Amino acid sequence: MDGDKPTVKQAPQFDETHLLERARVGDVRAFSALVEAYERKIYRLAKHITQNDEDAEDVLQETFMKAYEHLDDFQGASKFYTWIVRIAVNESLMKLRKRKSDRTVSIDEGIDTGEETVVREIAVWDEDPEQKYSREELRALLDEAIQSLKPAFRTVFVLRDIDELSTEETAEVLNLSVPAVKSRLLRARLHLREKLTRMFKRKGDDVFAYL
Amino acid sequence: MLTCKEFLNGLNDYLDDTADPELKSHLHKHVNECPNCWVIVDTTKKTLQVFKGAEPQVIPPDVHDRLMKALEKKVAASKRAVSSPNPPPA
Repeated sequence: MDGDKPTVKQAPQFDETHLLERARVGDVRAFSALVEAYERKIYRLAKHITQNDEDAEDVLQETFMKAYEHLDDFQGASKFYTWIVRIAVNESLMKLRKRKSDRTVSIDEGIDTGEETVVREIAVWDEDPEQKYSREELRALLDEAIQSLKPAFRTVFVLRDIDELSTEETAEVLNLSVPAVKSRLLRARLHLREKLTRMFKRKGDDVFAYL
Repeated sequence: MLTCKEFLNGLNDYLDDTADPELKSHLHKHVNECPNCWVIVDTTKKTLQVFKGAEPQVIPPDVHDRLMKALEKKVAASKRAVSSPNPPPA
């Protein structure tokens, strides 16, 4: 026991590098701590991509199994989280492909670069529209809105705006260019804005009040 | 002044504050003068806030338990692992 020296255990922040070092030399508890830190995000991501509970659970397990198996390959050049996200995205897409085995599904499914960005609903929202719904109702509405996006847009939106990866990290995880991430994110955001505006707009504002 | 279409193309840079100073001032000028685009900015911001503010779903306990069991099996079968009952010295 050393009362003077601050140890890693006492450090308030989550010391990922140290946990990884310990996990690499066989400390199972260190690896479990990493799993517990990220399982929720990985499960949510897998659910958003696969839209299926069973597939999401498989993806969750596969992701951490593979991460454990290939821990020595993780060089630390990227964050551990972006490394496991990449595994999870690939596993999720494999699940989608299996479910739609008659055709190829890729991250690019549904990409139609010729289509104009759509803005139809221009209306201000009610004050605090979320208050009209219970937490569960709101989550169901948001999930439904996300699920209405094609996988290519959904995945970018979830990584960038929900998981808060940077544009560059998102590009790295999905093997996309930065401009491709940006344009997909714009389409996704505008699509969701459209959906939510239909639900949350102030009544009587169908005719735009500011003009 | 930018057209609305040009503004929309720069919407992410405007929201994420990633535009260079010149573009930023053009975007800013447009949004201050175009009520439609002002509403689009406002409602897109709110859209992101709603998504970010929604509490992430808690992982179902049985899903967590099965994950930990699967990992235990994996660890037991792996050559890497020796469970360490005591924490290593700091």
